[in-house]
Amino acid sequence: MKELLIITIGAALVNNVVLNQFLGLCPFLGVSKKSETAAGMSGAVIFVMTIASAFTSIIYKYILVKTSLEYMQTIVFILVIAALVQVVELFLKKFSPSLYESLGVYLPLITTNCAVLGVALINAQKDYGILTSIVSGLATAIGFTLAILIMAGIRERIEFNDIPESVQGSPIVLITAGLMAIAFAGFAGLV
Amino acid sequence: MKNAYLERLKNGIITENPTFVLMLGMCPTMAVTRSAYNGLGMGLTSAAVLIMSNLIISALRKVIPDKVRIPSYIVVVATLVTIIQFLLKAYLPYLDEQLGIYIPLIVVNCIILGRAEAYAAKNPIGLSTFDGIGMGLGFAIGLTAIGAVRELLGNGTIFDFKIMPSFYEPIKIFVLAPGAFFVLALLTVFQKKLGNKRVIKGKNSATTGGCACCENADVCAVNKSDNKS
Repeated sequence: MKELLIITIGAALVNNVVLNQFLGLCPFLGVSKKSETAAGMSGAVIFVMTIASAFTSIIYKYILVKTSLEYMQTIVFILVIAALVQVVELFLKKFSPSLYESLGVYLPLITTNCAVLGVALINAQKDYGILTSIVSGLATAIGFTLAILIMAGIRERIEFNDIPESVQGSPIVLITAGLMAIAFAGFAGLV
Repeated sequence: MKNAYLERLKNGIITENPTFVLMLGMCPTMAVTRSAYNGLGMGLTSAAVLIMSNLIISALRKVIPDKVRIPSYIVVVATLVTIIQFLLKAYLPYLDEQLGIYIPLIVVNCIILGRAEAYAAKNPIGLSTFDGIGMGLGFAIGLTAIGAVRELLGNGTIFDFKIMPSFYEPIKIFVLAPGAFFVLALLTVFQKKLGNKRVIKGKNSATTGGCACCENADVCAVNKSDNKS
């Protein structure tokens, strides 16, 4: 239990996936203009990342390691994630239309999200068990959610501010992200 | 004939430089440029994958059915990345340790799929290979330059050679994660100020090739926010 808690804090705060590891920057910069879209995106990321961690770690543990084909992990993981997102989308469409309504648009975007592949690779690299992998995937997704929601909140405020012309648009967003990264650096040493 | 090849090289290194003009592949750019050495290593590794993937995809362009082309490209790129990772582990273990997880993540680098989709899938093998060489070198130069700036400010050195005088107090934050965001922010400011004409040209090609390959393209506001008043 203690170990899981440490992994959770480590993945969500200390090694924040966006602000410390630079994974999933595209959605972080691209979909953080409004709080609602940011929330939709993070919902989809939490969903996919948790399921993907479970599947990839099962496949890694019971197929790749057993057949000593660990070196195939990059190819296998990316194909599994791509297929998984398609299946999840079809499944939601059929069985939970309301959830599909709110997450549907964001699901296909996640296939190429490097954070999902990144978590799968980190889980394999650190040789986590299946439960640990799921927890680590979920915690990473929570870290992403924290970062993108804070960012969206700040960006909604920035809209009303008077910003020098050459810093408008992506530069001010990146500077904000840098300041957030400094704030998150304060968590270092927590675990 | 020869000019077309040279034009491809110039296009990749200067006109459509992936780092400074198109601003593609920013995740690895920011993550590994703690030092000039890491930047150069990552740049050359990506360049090797890009050249080989352009060559193979161009050679297979008439065989791959249109409907499954993206998964096919991903399989080709992932195979190449796995091979490169083995080579690095064997011959440059220090670099492999430094770059870590970002080597397998070259698979999802949008420059590689972007060039496959925008250029290699439509052009003959020779030109596609040179396109890969140009773009790859452009990316390597971009990463090395950013790495050099961060290492100089954050550590007072470039490629581990002491550059700054001894009274210079290194600004440590530039080699840490927040520094990457600040350097990139400065880069985008310069790009907007100096290269407006070039940016517009680059943006056009970004919508046809670079960014369009990224599945975030429809909702992505990075491009749109630049045009916003």
